[in-house]
Amino acid sequence: MSIIIKRSLSQGIRKLFVYTVLVLAAILLLFPIITMLCNAMMESREVIEAYAFLGSGVKIEGNIGLKLIPDKVTLIQYYNVLFRKPTFLMMFWNSVIITVPIVVGQIVVSVLGAYAFAKLKFPLREPLFFTYIIVMLMPFQVTLVPNFIMLRQLKLLGSYAAVILPGIFSTFGVFLLRQFMVQIPDEYCEAAKMDGAGYFFTFFKIILPQCKGAVASLAILVFIDNWNIVEQPLIFLDNASKYPLSVFLSQINLSELGVAFACGVLFMLPALLVFLYGENYLVEGIQHSGLK
Amino acid sequence: MKKQHSHGPFLKLKTKEALAGLGFALPSLAGFGLFFVVPFFLSLYYCFTEGIGDMRFVGLKNFQSLFQSSSFRLALKNTLRFTVLSLPLIFIVSLSFALILNTKMKGLPFFRSLFILPLVIPVASVILVWQIVFHDKGFLNTVLSFWGIPAIDWLNSENALAILIMLYIWKNCGYNMILLLAGLNNIPKEYYESARIDGAGSLLCFWKITLPYLAPSGFFVLVISIINAFKVFRESYQLAGNYPHQSIYMLQNFMNNNFHNLSLQRLSTAALLMLIIIGLLVSFLFRIEARMRRNLS
Repeated sequence: MSIIIKRSLSQGIRKLFVYTVLVLAAILLLFPIITMLCNAMMESREVIEAYAFLGSGVKIEGNIGLKLIPDKVTLIQYYNVLFRKPTFLMMFWNSVIITVPIVVGQIVVSVLGAYAFAKLKFPLREPLFFTYIIVMLMPFQVTLVPNFIMLRQLKLLGSYAAVILPGIFSTFGVFLLRQFMVQIPDEYCEAAKMDGAGYFFTFFKIILPQCKGAVASLAILVFIDNWNIVEQPLIFLDNASKYPLSVFLSQINLSELGVAFACGVLFMLPALLVFLYGENYLVEGIQHSGLK
Repeated sequence: MKKQHSHGPFLKLKTKEALAGLGFALPSLAGFGLFFVVPFFLSLYYCFTEGIGDMRFVGLKNFQSLFQSSSFRLALKNTLRFTVLSLPLIFIVSLSFALILNTKMKGLPFFRSLFILPLVIPVASVILVWQIVFHDKGFLNTVLSFWGIPAIDWLNSENALAILIMLYIWKNCGYNMILLLAGLNNIPKEYYESARIDGAGSLLCFWKITLPYLAPSGFFVLVISIINAFKVFRESYQLAGNYPHQSIYMLQNFMNNNFHNLSLQRLSTAALLMLIIIGLLVSFLFRIEARMRRNLS
């Protein structure tokens, strides 16, 4: 065998191996999503039969514990969730009124703050930014305690504000947008200054237009993080009726298994849409979250 | 120069910029101070006091009693064990996929998208699937029984930790992969070309070029992974509720219980301890990275 054929053969085997690994990984990654989608298209009776063991602990003979292909495709579960189970819509709304203010608030606060940290020299700028990074790197177990102490002082515990306010002032937004803004050449701001532009003008006409992508990245990252919020509602909200879906879904009653799948699908839908429309922003945002 | 005069003689350009800077940063600084800095110092005060209302200084007694609490020790041990076990695993997995996706083969962008997908999927929306798979009588045990492997109660045994590690990798692998891919892209292609000309194989290239130059992103990935490891409570809570098997009783579980008892002294003490532990871990990593960077240049 000539060397060339040998080499292309070994390359072919290598390619085959790589694709096999990729496909297997992809199946594993997609498995839960596909399972949710498939089961959401089944009737309650069918789902309850397939997963009877979850409730009673008894397994029906010949049941392998997973069912992907519906006997009969139906959208009845979605109908049930949307029109006959008000709790789901209530919890969905809870998720919305927690997530949207955090995303909007954090963007406004962070855009202003990031401009200051990236382009304006003020006293203690560097040590303050360093503190921001430290706090950003701290897990919830550390930051939730100070949050809690202050929220108690302000008598905000139990209200949505208790979850929303600390979320708005998370330092991640300032950090991420600053990473983008320092890349804007200083000459742009200098030139504006030469033309007599004030700081507000420079901010709105020069910095902001160049940061649209960055703001989109931040919005997506903050949305994803808070759509999935668990710790804060559990600690700061006093009433389970105020819980967002991210806390509520795992407590769903097994007798409602039929709608549970449809609930899950509807809950991941906004996140999926954000991903489909903004994957590139998401990737860019993650890349800029790398400390440099 | 003319402009400078028009601003008046009292406000120098520099002070003006400083004022503007503080003004723009004000909302952020105010909120940060109110919800993080000020209460942090309050919580420091809690660490060394005792009693409600009339608080007495007690020195290190709170730390002592925290370490005497078996539930805290369990939570700390589990969290550290989880971190130590999951860190190398997720790093190897993310790096392998990043290396594969960095080659020029067909269809790779499609796979890249797939690997990022779990990142955006809320854990709560698919947790039911994991409950079905890992249930005592669930899918995994059924499949294993075909090979005659006896059923394992995955979630109510030591295996719960393994499940949690798997969920953690499922969720966070994509994030790390993106960071590592960006790092790989930053390595100049010429390095590889000149190494090839010198007759270096791909394994040697990997050890001598890829790994050292990937170090900055690699270290950041490790830092992020440590932070995410402390966040794994989300998965643990959704999988097993407030009272999981003791092998996955994490620090956040411990904190939650204390939030409900309103034992602020204990919470503050635990938070301070964690701050110290994570601070040490992260600064240790950064120190190694700085040394490696110096060696490289």
